[in-house]
Amino acid sequence: MAKFEEVGPRSPITESTRVDLVHPRARLGVTIRAIVAIVIVAIMLFPVIWLSLTTIKTRPDSVAVPPKFIPYFPDGFLSDWCMVPQLNKDGTPKLDKEGQPVLKERPICFDVTLEGIVGLFFERRTLTPAQMKQYMDDPNLDWADRILLKRGLLITGPGEFVNRFRNSLIIAGTSTVLAVTFGLLAAYAFSRWDISGKKDFLFFILSTRMLPPVVVTIPIFLMYRQLGIYDTHIGMILLYTVFNLSLSVWLLKGFLDEIPREYEEAALVDGYSRLQAFRKVVLPQAATGIAATTVFCLIFAWNEYAFSLMLTSDIARTAPPSIASTQGAGGFEWAIIATASMLFLIPVVVITFALRQHLLRGVTFGAIRQ
Amino acid sequence: MATIELRQVEKKFGQLHAVKPMDLTIHSGEFVVLLGPSGCGKTTTLRMISGLEAVTGGHIYLDGRDVTWLHPSERDIAFVFQFFALYPHMTVLDNIRFPLQAQRVPRDEAEKRVSEIVKMLQIEHLLHLRPGSLSGGDRQRVALARALVRRPAAFLMDEPLGALDADLRESMRAEIKRLHIANNATTVYVTHDQLEAMALGDRIVVMSAAEIQQVGNPAEVYYKPANLFVARFIGSPGMNLISGRYADGVVYLPGDNRYTVPESWRAPLAQALKDGEVIIGFRPESARITEDGALAARVYASDMHGAFNMIHLALGEESNIVNVRVDRWITYALDTPVRFDIDPEGVRFFDPRSEKALRRGGAQ
Repeated sequence: MAKFEEVGPRSPITESTRVDLVHPRARLGVTIRAIVAIVIVAIMLFPVIWLSLTTIKTRPDSVAVPPKFIPYFPDGFLSDWCMVPQLNKDGTPKLDKEGQPVLKERPICFDVTLEGIVGLFFERRTLTPAQMKQYMDDPNLDWADRILLKRGLLITGPGEFVNRFRNSLIIAGTSTVLAVTFGLLAAYAFSRWDISGKKDFLFFILSTRMLPPVVVTIPIFLMYRQLGIYDTHIGMILLYTVFNLSLSVWLLKGFLDEIPREYEEAALVDGYSRLQAFRKVVLPQAATGIAATTVFCLIFAWNEYAFSLMLTSDIARTAPPSIASTQGAGGFEWAIIATASMLFLIPVVVITFALRQHLLRGVTFGAIRQ
Repeated sequence: MATIELRQVEKKFGQLHAVKPMDLTIHSGEFVVLLGPSGCGKTTTLRMISGLEAVTGGHIYLDGRDVTWLHPSERDIAFVFQFFALYPHMTVLDNIRFPLQAQRVPRDEAEKRVSEIVKMLQIEHLLHLRPGSLSGGDRQRVALARALVRRPAAFLMDEPLGALDADLRESMRAEIKRLHIANNATTVYVTHDQLEAMALGDRIVVMSAAEIQQVGNPAEVYYKPANLFVARFIGSPGMNLISGRYADGVVYLPGDNRYTVPESWRAPLAQALKDGEVIIGFRPESARITEDGALAARVYASDMHGAFNMIHLALGEESNIVNVRVDRWITYALDTPVRFDIDPEGVRFFDPRSEKALRRGGAQ
């Protein structure tokens, strides 16, 4: 075979003209890297895929060994493949008493059920077989009732999860907005003015992060009870805001330091006040930093577990402790936990996805000088 | 257009003077260049005029109005920054319009002014681009447009050409000069490049060590430096300076040379110098190599500058080098002994103790 160096590439080069990229050896390297990347992505995504499969499994299916991977709908999607007709010893299909072929489920298949999803949103009560039979004939049942009735459960009222989820949205959302807003103002001051004791202040702010937050839960619990803000939204928003402030001040200060002062100075001499210059010139350029800080603060406030467990009981309880404490009658309802976890992932994914442009793009670079 | 007056304006950082108390009047329509090495306080002075930096003493008047403590936005001045400071998140058009929006100029009027300026600077084709995609020269034009569109009382420019390539700098220099002539706008321009200062300035303010060293038009600053600093700083190379001793109309120079002082200088020298120590100064073009020259020297080096050659001569020891400008076809071998004369009109004298130039009565 002729050497690449002598004959060149076999087909016209369209994507790149760099020899170190189009040489066969380099192409092999690219392939290997792509494979490695795919493997890593598969490993990273596996828990999420498994979680989403668990949401539509029955309780026995979710703990089955070997695990089940292929969902099918009875008499619908994939059921032809998953339900294998049983054969007699002579090779003819086995028939039951009514003349229907006998089918057996493949071990890796499970049939789709919505009981986990429905169960998440309602309070349930276990029924005796006799009661079950009685309810089966009730014409007033809707589709949600029927799904749970198959499991021998009766819907007794709306579940608590909706409230917990709403609490999470309110508390995490508000505290993130507050932490980023205050953080931005503080970071701007630290970045632009010579405040006496600036370094000490910054260190002090950072030092709030230096011990594990759980350590202070008991004192905070006592303070909150005295102040009457135990198990309130205000209390939790306050707490998360304060905890996020240190992160947000430091992160944003770094981003604001990168923005040359000259932009604001130009706006000042152009006839704008300091605040207007901040709003019209600094804010748009700090978008990257604000987006990144927002995502970090949101993830902390959204995922926080220990404080919420200790400082809330019902009114202001957020989703994480309530997911962990979801138990059904006689064991873990894995489908409900999985559904709650999947729902819980969505807001952070959405926000991060919406801000991805800002997270990736350095808006200010290269604008003031090459 | 406005007059800018600085009265005992100073800036201290702690105990350190960034600008020592200075007085300066910039007349209406004048182009004044603040020139000096980095760290001499020229940019601080400009920033104090703009209000971006607060003074620690003295007063600033704009057209007789005391603006010392006014916010930059209330001073009616435009500032052009070294790195342009074009807002990267706005288009060129929005950048130029930005100051007009602050002043709440009616939309029709704003459109009219923007289109005038844009035409004058020939940047119509750039209006919808972002600053990030412009070349250095175009960024400079947009920055100038943003300053001009406001029709401010005065323009302040902080090394606006410092970030540009050498050839572009020269053409932009001419453009700025033309803009100044067309608008007749009071302009204060900061630079460390003395060629730029000479080319642009109606008057040059030479600064060093937080103080004004000399204020004068380019010719004065070049031919009649007020002190040793200005003599060295202006011109490339700077003025030739040799220490000597004055006695009875003759300066004794290194290498057993005697320089006969022109008649008009003898009285001032005798009067000013106590022990005869003097520094004699002359520009490279004020010296002439001739066979019967009064001063003897040895060729130390020679450089070609294209239009002329610069001959470095050593007087006695090699620490006393003077530069002499000769026609481009004249060359010397190294260590050739030569003789040269100094044009009596081009010679200057400095007192080594005060470092100040000596003055003579009448025309200097």
